Amino acid sequence: MDLYRRRRLKSRIYMTLSVCAAIIGLIWLAMILAALFWNGLGGLSASVFTQNTPPPPGDNGGLANAIAGSVIMTSVAMLIGTPIGILAGTYLAEYGRYTRLATVTRFVNDILLSAPSIVVGLFIYEIVVARVGHFSGYAGALALAVLVMPIVIRTTETMMLLVPDSLREAAAGLGCPRWIGIGAVIYKAARAGILTGILLAVARIAGETAPLLFTALNNQFWSTNLNGPMASLPATIFQFAESPYLGWQKLAWAGALLITLTVLLLNIIARALTSQKVGR
Amino acid sequence: MNDVVLADRAAAEEESRIALTPGRPEKISVRDLDFHYGDFQALKSVNLPLYEKTVTAFIGPSGCGKSTLLRVMNRIYELYPNQRATGEVILDGQNILDPSVDVNLLRSKIGMVFQRPTPFPMTIFENIAFGIRLYEQISVAELRDRVEQSLQRAGLWNEVKDKLNASGLSLSIGQQQRLCIARGIAVKPEVILLDEPASALDPISTAKIEELILQLKHDYTIVIVTHNMQQATRVSEFTNFMYLGRVIEFDRTEKIFGNPRQKRTQNYISGQFG
Repeated sequence: MDLYRRRRLKSRIYMTLSVCAAIIGLIWLAMILAALFWNGLGGLSASVFTQNTPPPPGDNGGLANAIAGSVIMTSVAMLIGTPIGILAGTYLAEYGRYTRLATVTRFVNDILLSAPSIVVGLFIYEIVVARVGHFSGYAGALALAVLVMPIVIRTTETMMLLVPDSLREAAAGLGCPRWIGIGAVIYKAARAGILTGILLAVARIAGETAPLLFTALNNQFWSTNLNGPMASLPATIFQFAESPYLGWQKLAWAGALLITLTVLLLNIIARALTSQKVGR
Repeated sequence: MNDVVLADRAAAEEESRIALTPGRPEKISVRDLDFHYGDFQALKSVNLPLYEKTVTAFIGPSGCGKSTLLRVMNRIYELYPNQRATGEVILDGQNILDPSVDVNLLRSKIGMVFQRPTPFPMTIFENIAFGIRLYEQISVAELRDRVEQSLQRAGLWNEVKDKLNASGLSLSIGQQQRLCIARGIAVKPEVILLDEPASALDPISTAKIEELILQLKHDYTIVIVTHNMQQATRVSEFTNFMYLGRVIEFDRTEKIFGNPRQKRTQNYISGQFG
């Protein structure tokens, strides 16, 4: 009896500790979300989407140029990063699975995956901005693409490896060339997982500030010219939140809320996709 | 093993070869086949005939090399590194292990069905049509006919004819396995390799697969790996008993199960090991 009581006591202690830890973890998230909604909802109005960033004190204005800039640069970054990421992931999972090159690539990719984004920004500054001589949306998109690639490579490889080899054998057993097998069978089986990786990559770069500071800089005005400095939500938030002007601060809160909601939405879609069966 | 025993065995094999001749040509002849997984030798100088339009069963304890032997016949092992086969596997007079043989063309002639069903993540119709389109350009109407024929052949048509656009994965395991057989015969192979096709299935589905094998053997040369000896006696005309990478005894199925020549065969089929 004594033994059982001791065990029950131990069990209760561990349970209490782990519940407390979970609550502490969640409390910060809840507080951040509460603060965002509290401060951001007030600033969120139609003008946020229709008017450009105002000069100080910024009582009248919106974030239209910043939103447009973010959407454009994120899209270009995804257009560059996704195909390269999927192809490289395919190489790692299929053609090069057992090769030395794949082992090295995997290792380097893991480093890139956790590389500080400001380093990526500085890298693009060195090889693009410094040579071309001016900040540009292209440079910003390129920096974001460098962040996208390792995420897409990793998820593509993982999701394709989840597809059982028996399916590869079945395709090959029909006399199906490797590339058709990959394109028609393996990609189909891993589709939900690969899409999830892409969405998570969008979510990741949507909020990135550091790599844009040295590359796209920022822009007060409406501009869709990728060859010149371009506004972005994170950079605008960075600039406005630091300022002493109440109007700017309010817009910064609204922008932060927008980004958070976007990321939340992307995560929910990704979650819904992965809850469908991956592979078999 | 000393020379006398070896000579004895050679004589016995020669004798059986004469007695075996079933009046059918050899579709596949395996000659002095060795197989290595890295440093491990899984097949040791295997010699074996597979007669046209007959069912041959491979039996033996786990790890004896029967699946490995099966996987050499369509060179599916080449998907993995460090696996290599040496020797000859003659299909219609041509050594298929020769590097100049187009492996995809070879596999289109030799169908394979696996232990666990492997339907593609597509509709039932597409699962069958996929293989056909790989090697033939035919009209939509013809394609439909071919898909129906194949499903008929595999005894699945009546169960799926109203839901050809449903996912292949939505079928039961037993139906999925018959879908895989239909997919295999849709590309008009000459040989069908079955790697324990019923071991994951319930008894009713197993019976359906066995019936199917008995029908298909009129048109195809069939090889079946099985752990189930009753299954071997029910479906096969010839049985190949393997142990530790060697062919211990190959003979007519009734001979292997009724009056085997080798002591080890006797021990295995009577359940004393394996």
